Amino acid sequence: MLSSRYARIALFGAAVVLVQVATQLGGKPFFLTQLTMSAYYTLVAVGLSLLMGYAGQISLGHAAFFAIGGYASGYLTTFDLSPLREEGLVALLGRAGLLVDRADLYGGQTLAVHPWAAFAVAIVLSLAIAWAIGVPVLKLKGHYLAMATLGFGTIVYSVVLGTARFGAADGLSSVPPFPLVAGLAVSGARADRVSNYYVAWGLVALGLMLLVNLVESRVGRALRAIHGAEDAAGSMGVDVARFKLKTFVLSAVLAAVGGSFLTHFNGGIGPGEAAVMKSVRYVAIVAVGGMGSLWGTVATSVALNFLSLRGYFGTLDDAVFGVVLLVVMLTSPDGILRLDPRVPVKALLARLRKPNRPEEAP
Amino acid sequence: MKKLVLAAAVLGFSALSASAVEKAPLKIGALLAVTGPAAFLGAPEARTLEMLVEELNAKGGIDGRKIQLVVKDTTGSPEKAVSFAKQLIEEEQVFAIIGPATSGETLQIKAIVEEAKALLISCAAAEKIVDPVAAHVFNVAPKDRYAAEMIFRQMKKMGVKKFGLLSSNTGFGTAGKEQVEKGAAAAGLEIAANEVYDKAATDLTAEVTKLKAAGVDAILNWSIEPAQAIVIKNARQIGLTIPIFQSHGFANIQYARTAGAAAEGVMFPASRIVVADALPAKHPQKAVVMAYKSAYEKKYKEDVSTFGGHAWDALQILVRAVQSAGLDREKVRTAIENMKGHVGTAGVFNYSPTDHNGLTIDAFAMLTVKDGKFVMLGE
Amino acid sequence: MSLELVLQYLVAGLTYGTIYAVVGVGFNIIYNATGIINFAQGEFVMLGGMTAVTLHGLVPLPLAIAGAVAVTMVVGALIEVSFIRWLRKPSVLRMVVITIGISIVVREGALLLWGESVRALPYFTGNEVTSLAFAGVHVSPQVLWSLATCLAIVGFLWFFFQHTSVGRQMRACAANRDAAALCGIPTRNLVTLSFVLSAGIGALAGCVVSPITYTSYGIGSGLAIKGFTVAILGGLGNSMAAVGAGFLVGILEAASVSLLPAAYKDAVSVALLLAILFLRPSGIFGSSAVERLRAH
Repeated sequence: MLSSRYARIALFGAAVVLVQVATQLGGKPFFLTQLTMSAYYTLVAVGLSLLMGYAGQISLGHAAFFAIGGYASGYLTTFDLSPLREEGLVALLGRAGLLVDRADLYGGQTLAVHPWAAFAVAIVLSLAIAWAIGVPVLKLKGHYLAMATLGFGTIVYSVVLGTARFGAADGLSSVPPFPLVAGLAVSGARADRVSNYYVAWGLVALGLMLLVNLVESRVGRALRAIHGAEDAAGSMGVDVARFKLKTFVLSAVLAAVGGSFLTHFNGGIGPGEAAVMKSVRYVAIVAVGGMGSLWGTVATSVALNFLSLRGYFGTLDDAVFGVVLLVVMLTSPDGILRLDPRVPVKALLARLRKPNRPEEAP
Repeated sequence: MKKLVLAAAVLGFSALSASAVEKAPLKIGALLAVTGPAAFLGAPEARTLEMLVEELNAKGGIDGRKIQLVVKDTTGSPEKAVSFAKQLIEEEQVFAIIGPATSGETLQIKAIVEEAKALLISCAAAEKIVDPVAAHVFNVAPKDRYAAEMIFRQMKKMGVKKFGLLSSNTGFGTAGKEQVEKGAAAAGLEIAANEVYDKAATDLTAEVTKLKAAGVDAILNWSIEPAQAIVIKNARQIGLTIPIFQSHGFANIQYARTAGAAAEGVMFPASRIVVADALPAKHPQKAVVMAYKSAYEKKYKEDVSTFGGHAWDALQILVRAVQSAGLDREKVRTAIENMKGHVGTAGVFNYSPTDHNGLTIDAFAMLTVKDGKFVMLGE
Repeated sequence: MSLELVLQYLVAGLTYGTIYAVVGVGFNIIYNATGIINFAQGEFVMLGGMTAVTLHGLVPLPLAIAGAVAVTMVVGALIEVSFIRWLRKPSVLRMVVITIGISIVVREGALLLWGESVRALPYFTGNEVTSLAFAGVHVSPQVLWSLATCLAIVGFLWFFFQHTSVGRQMRACAANRDAAALCGIPTRNLVTLSFVLSAGIGALAGCVVSPITYTSYGIGSGLAIKGFTVAILGGLGNSMAAVGAGFLVGILEAASVSLLPAAYKDAVSVALLLAILFLRPSGIFGSSAVERLRAH
């Protein structure tokens, strides 16, 4: 069991290496930039895929968590604390080694929070917010759930857009690289391109492992077998609400991690990352890749994000995602690229056993 | 026989050298928000660049090389700006980049450009683009600070003591608000009410009512989207007859048209491109603005705006630098840095190693709306 | 704060409120007939305004408006027939995502067709600066036109649903679709009619407020959120309550400007939405249909 669970991920790792070598040999090493950016967006998508597929919850505000992670990291690592250097709390943090003094590009000095500390804050913040939002939101159903998540996303967008500290409409810039371990840093410098590619996709692999664990847990398997008939699951002692909350929080934290890392990679972040259209894009990717199908989602996310970031869709970027979303939902609502054949079979069996699924419209 | 071989060889050589003389095109990149929320900035800029490149190529290009323009539509999104900047620098290996159109995007790629030692001439206006100065980053849009100062001067002339400030939550609005707040006290003026509204706001009656309640002598609105027209309409509709000032973001005649009768008498600073016809023949900018205006309006059948003018200035400056320094990027950079007296649509540029913007307050003229047209104030 | 100022804020609130009310009512009409929340509702408003401006270049104003309403109604019908009609018992999740997809496609189509510039119809009476003054309050005549149109729409709908056979059939459909079908009521056509009606009133509202608020390709999505807030506040399915809720939300927004920085005006209605959803999803005027949705 263990080996098969992780065998897929090992194969995935091999594919990642293959792609990198191919770009090198093919003379297009610069593709790695867009592939790395796509990886961080994929972190959001896979978490969302699980949420929509296994917990049956739509989230139209997941971009907000990406933004929370990105802005937390970005703000803390760029806010200059030099004027307060001797003040109580700042001095304390300095002695604890949580601050870092660095020279910026133009010869000035900045005293700011160390990227690791900022990253920790990003995780804790997204976890806390996801928990706080998740509890009331996940009690809602259907349209109400959709609108509540949309509303949450809109509020986060308004906050990052409207707050001067966060750069308002200009966003944050001059975000420093994130030194992970000796010699390895998340940064957009050309020299670090290959290492960053592996960092990003390594992170995705890690995220996938966490998600697969959740899916293969007792609750996850139970839910899959009953294919979302929650009342039945509940009556059998499965704590559905807790599973949903866990999935929601995990997907939110993954999104925040993606946001944090991408902000260091790009050297900045803008309020557009929290916008509704971004959330819709993630939903579109999950819809095509297959709700609950992690590998389908990965494939779709890479394809669509890569093409979008290289400008292939030109001015029709949003339209492409909208059309894709529409076509998929009309024709194959469970997603086109279901690579895991077991689930539809079980779904079919479940459907045959229970012809009137309770979550359908009246 | 030998002579024949010699003649053939000479012919062969000259044929080879003739084709060698046809040099590779000069790639210039453009990062512009051609579509999306900032399209009113990026679209005219893209059109202007295309028009100018065509014109230059018809005259033989620069230094015997045709210009190849590579335009990337960022749709106003900073992530795309970052991705495309890297593409332009590493893959396309462009000689220089013109744009972006918005300050937000420019700030996001400033570090990338500087580290890669690429050359960037931005069409955006934020002070942070050129302060602190990055050696390879320039811009061509006049500073908000000067626009604010022009407005303060006019306010004082009109005896205004306290005014109400309205600004939008875009980069432009926030930057302007900052400059106004900084400069008002020094100018002896009080900001009695200070409201920020959402850029997509469709009705600002409540905001102007708040200003009315504060008893202001004048209203200053700093934004760049349709809200500019809505504000003045709402203000007049609730019976406010006090003077209304706008930022230089108002310098696009379609806003005056949209606001109709409410735009009459509104005062704002702007580059002289929008009143090109009214400029006296002896004005140093007359030739340049008329050339740009007639070419653009003939080709695209729409009114010129200051935004398109930025793209014109950026490319012209680049071309002039290349003509004097050749095709070595560092030499061109130095050439721009030392360029003096370049007449553009936005004003007369005088660059220096500490001033990568090149414009002073004289770039602005104070304009107003009369009978639905832009005219110089005081005429 | 003087009475005059309070009244001025009130007038501002009524202006926003008109359009929210109409969008909320549009939500309810479709919801009642189909159980679907149509995220593309705001796009009807946008289409109405944009089409009218284009037509106004060719025909006089009243015809332009009538034409715009007609065109938008056709679009509404097309949407229903192309995307909704042939779905067999779709899940709520699927419907939500489909209507979002529709709204994006309509919006991008509008962008392609009309560009990003902002348009407006001319004022029906007067111009940009005329205002009527009473009790120290200044009101643009266009605001009165909007209010009148809103009331006319509401009056028409009330009459339609209460006193015409088609309207009564639609109400039967809303109550119990299968039973209605068994009674020989053409439920599928009535679903199309609900879309047509929703589109029509959205378009009309879009036309009448465009001189005040301007139209552009992107106004639909913001309106959809606000409209949904209004519909929920009044209780999903309750059209008349949506009107009251619309004005209430508009007034709350206007009032918030006097207390908070104006930049947060939009966040106010979203916060209100979340508050309702978390605390009292059945809205002010409550309805047990909501409890049915919750109990799944």
